[in-house]
Amino acid sequence: MAMRRIAIAFAAAIVAAWPMATLHAQSTLTIATVNNGDMVVMQRLSARFEQQHPAIRLRWVVLEENVLRQRVTTDIATRAGQFDIMTIGNYEVPIWARQGWLSALENLPAEYDVNDILAPVRAGISHENKLYALPFYAESAMTYYRTDLLQRAGVTMPAEPTYAQIREIAEKVTDKANQVYGLCLRGKPGWGENMGFLTPLVTAFGGQWFDAQWRPRIDTPQWRSAIGWYTDAMRQFGPPGATSNGFNENLALMAGGRCGIWIDATVAAGLLFDPKQSQVADRIGFAPMPTGEFTGGPTWLWSWNLAIPATSRQQDAARTFITWATSKEYVRMVAQENGWVAVPPGTRQSTYDSQEYQQAAPFAGFVQRAIMSANPNAQTREPRPYTGAQFVAIPEYQGIGTQVGQTIASTLTGAPVEQALRSAQSATDRAMRQAGYPK
Amino acid sequence: MSSTAIAPPAAPAAQDRSRTRSTLPLIAPSVGVLLLWMIVPLVMTLWFSFQRYNLLNPEVGGFAGFENYEFLVTDPDFWASLTNTLVLVGSVLVITVVFGTLLAVLFDQPFPGQGIARVLAISPFFVMPTVSALVWKNLMMHPIYGVLGVLARAVGMEPVDWFAEYPMAAIIIIVSWQWLPFALLILLTAVQSLDHEQKEAARMDGAGPVAQFFFITLPHLGRAISVVVMIETIFLLTVFAEIFVTTSGGPGNATTNLAFLIYARALLQFDVGGGSAGGVVAIILANIVAFFLVRSIARRLEV
Amino acid sequence: MRTTGRQLLLITILGWGVALLLFFPIFWMVLTSFKSEVAAIEVPPRLLFTPTLESYAEVQARADYLHFALNSVIVSVGGTVLALALGIPAAYAMAFHPTRRTRSTLLWMLSTKMLPSVGVLVPIYLLFRTFGLLDSRAGLVVIYALMNLPIVVWMLFTFFKEVPGEILEAGRMDGARTGAEFWHLLLPLTVPGIASTGLLSLILCWNEAFWSLNLTSSEAAPLTAFIASFSSPQGLFFAKLSAASTVAVAPILVFGWLSQRQLVRGLTFGAVK
Repeated sequence: MAMRRIAIAFAAAIVAAWPMATLHAQSTLTIATVNNGDMVVMQRLSARFEQQHPAIRLRWVVLEENVLRQRVTTDIATRAGQFDIMTIGNYEVPIWARQGWLSALENLPAEYDVNDILAPVRAGISHENKLYALPFYAESAMTYYRTDLLQRAGVTMPAEPTYAQIREIAEKVTDKANQVYGLCLRGKPGWGENMGFLTPLVTAFGGQWFDAQWRPRIDTPQWRSAIGWYTDAMRQFGPPGATSNGFNENLALMAGGRCGIWIDATVAAGLLFDPKQSQVADRIGFAPMPTGEFTGGPTWLWSWNLAIPATSRQQDAARTFITWATSKEYVRMVAQENGWVAVPPGTRQSTYDSQEYQQAAPFAGFVQRAIMSANPNAQTREPRPYTGAQFVAIPEYQGIGTQVGQTIASTLTGAPVEQALRSAQSATDRAMRQAGYPK
Repeated sequence: MSSTAIAPPAAPAAQDRSRTRSTLPLIAPSVGVLLLWMIVPLVMTLWFSFQRYNLLNPEVGGFAGFENYEFLVTDPDFWASLTNTLVLVGSVLVITVVFGTLLAVLFDQPFPGQGIARVLAISPFFVMPTVSALVWKNLMMHPIYGVLGVLARAVGMEPVDWFAEYPMAAIIIIVSWQWLPFALLILLTAVQSLDHEQKEAARMDGAGPVAQFFFITLPHLGRAISVVVMIETIFLLTVFAEIFVTTSGGPGNATTNLAFLIYARALLQFDVGGGSAGGVVAIILANIVAFFLVRSIARRLEV
Repeated sequence: MRTTGRQLLLITILGWGVALLLFFPIFWMVLTSFKSEVAAIEVPPRLLFTPTLESYAEVQARADYLHFALNSVIVSVGGTVLALALGIPAAYAMAFHPTRRTRSTLLWMLSTKMLPSVGVLVPIYLLFRTFGLLDSRAGLVVIYALMNLPIVVWMLFTFFKEVPGEILEAGRMDGARTGAEFWHLLLPLTVPGIASTGLLSLILCWNEAFWSLNLTSSEAAPLTAFIASFSSPQGLFFAKLSAASTVAVAPILVFGWLSQRQLVRGLTFGAVK
């Protein structure tokens, strides 16, 4: 009998607690993110967010970039609603916003201070003047070099190097016997890997992807000279295995002291100058992205952003989290935890205003200027119908860029440049026709 | 070949028919489920393959006719990918069967610690393809940090940049490493079942170890080799993770097999129509392979 | 067969040499997992070093290993059990009551395995969404069972084929019905075959990395998803990657070692008579 009474009491308690339970229901947010260093820090610090917001629980899906992109794109395009928060680039945000897949982020709280976000970054993730994502970190591109190696070789890095000068310096610095390679550049095929570097390179040599009628312009003298420069320099002064090297691999090479010069995203500065992550932290110099014969073209701007799919059933909770993770307070928290040099860069004026950041990060002002002057919408030498500096802002570019990247990677292993560009041209032509261009 | 196999008892036709009917409930669930598994996606795939359907571009739609197929088949990389698929499957089959046979004979001999050595040798089969690709790429074949590069430098040679200079060979090595233990397992069982008296008799007749191998062991392994070839072919035709992790199909199209081509042309662009056409083409090709290869082998297996 | 001392020595060296060569990448992975990140990229690498568990600690801090491992166990076992439950009756019927279509059915089943998964991802994803199976263990169990069913049926078919017909015939004379025939006569004879079929299916499920990555997010994500968060990240990652790989591979490797005799005994596909 006692057992039964207990059971009844228990059941009654559950019934009584039911409405309460639903009132205080925990919302569980599923967050998809990339396994980059800054995001891993966010995952670790998110325990504090859960303490501050006991009603919100977080579930993390951390994947490498290519897998993540495929995963979230499939999910959002089929409106499957598996994720409440997605980490996506400024390539995706405007395209997805136009499809109505993302929730607009209006009326953000005053303390969030939207206007503190650097204007070019904000522009990159807006569609029709509405924000559709909040930036976690942002980057432009720059030239890194080893001050000690250049000194030993008796050369100096010009304040505004050209690609021709970069080649000369790389030649002098290369010391293959000691496994020091003059020039590390991205070689791993992919629209976000080697084409991320090569698209601005081609722009600097006066080339572009498409003309005003969406006709591919790859089999052109400009592309030939750009890719010729790249292949030639990399084959002579680049590290072995260059076709496997993307951003991360080159970062490891540079941080391990194997590269003389590396041209890549500004976000690497925080890692290269951090003695905990770099063996050459005290020997890194920097300069702007090199220039070619055509100047004033579109300049590199990338941001990783947190966005909320329109299908998420927990819009408010998701919004609470993404405003937390991209806030000024979050930046300060990372600074306390890991030092100012390791804060997510490139998004907020307040970060660059901080005295501590300027002291800890000698590159701070430089990076800020690079991002503030970044303009992915500038014109190439000939008029173009698309925007984007290190990518082409159309949905088809993922596939096209990767295919062309693949073809160009083969020039690093000895395929003739002309032939590679011819086949890239015809492949792009095919892909564009399949996609229904010109529109 | 099969001394224990007994011909199925000849039954009167009427009884046979009733039996067939009575076994229907047994066979129905799995055949039915497999049918569903095959038919539903197949019908969907067929349907989509004639549609203009891109996940990223919902405005575009409608009947596409054979456009998607044309797009795939006229792709210059398409034929290269077929060749690559065949090269990959063929090389791995040859390597695993040849070395599998030799190793099976080796591990058939008693030697100290044989059991442990065998366990170590078959271990690669249990490693997931993604992990083995990552380990080979980063720890073994990396031209700077990898063990192979270090060894090459130790003997004064330039390290080989595997994924750039010999990309297909590198993939073949990785995949063979995974499947060699499987071949070894099956072939070893077969070797062990070999009648030792027969071998002994041959030895008495003065046959050397080489002659024994060619005239006694090898013929005995015929069926086991067929099994290895058949099972491996099934898995090797759709190798994907190893390529995705290491070369992403390149450089150029050097390591793009059919599965990777479909991924790169369709899935990467979220072109469902194109991907479906690729799937249909792959099924047709698989059935051609099944027709020629599997049938000839299956006959040997007395299915 | 008698071997001389020198032959034995040669065979021993060869046998162990090959075994160690094949095992070396796994050994190196385990070794690297106990290094610090900086030591992991030292050139030339050191064989003697102070082992550290820091990579394991970091891996565990970032992703709860047990959650992923448990999912791997559940979906692998579930998929295997379901495949066996569907496969045993079918293989039984095909082996003992063959019809004219048996052979083509079997071949057709096998050819379904040759369809590359990438080609049908979107249709399957849409189906899973419709039935609410995304990120559910049940969904993965179904996919795995279907994925392995052709192999399972074929393996079982070859085992059943090897059962001498007289035994069943004797049972039939005694008036045993199909069900009883199966349970009392056939099952005991074919347990080794069923066991090794199950083992092979378990291994294949555990190592499957396409569907598990694409159809799960967090709740049902198995170890293959766990690995995907440690492959090619920023910074130095060789030690962390090795640690994550080691813990992902360890359970199935140990399981494989323990059950290899069983696996070998059954893994003949009717090839040995």
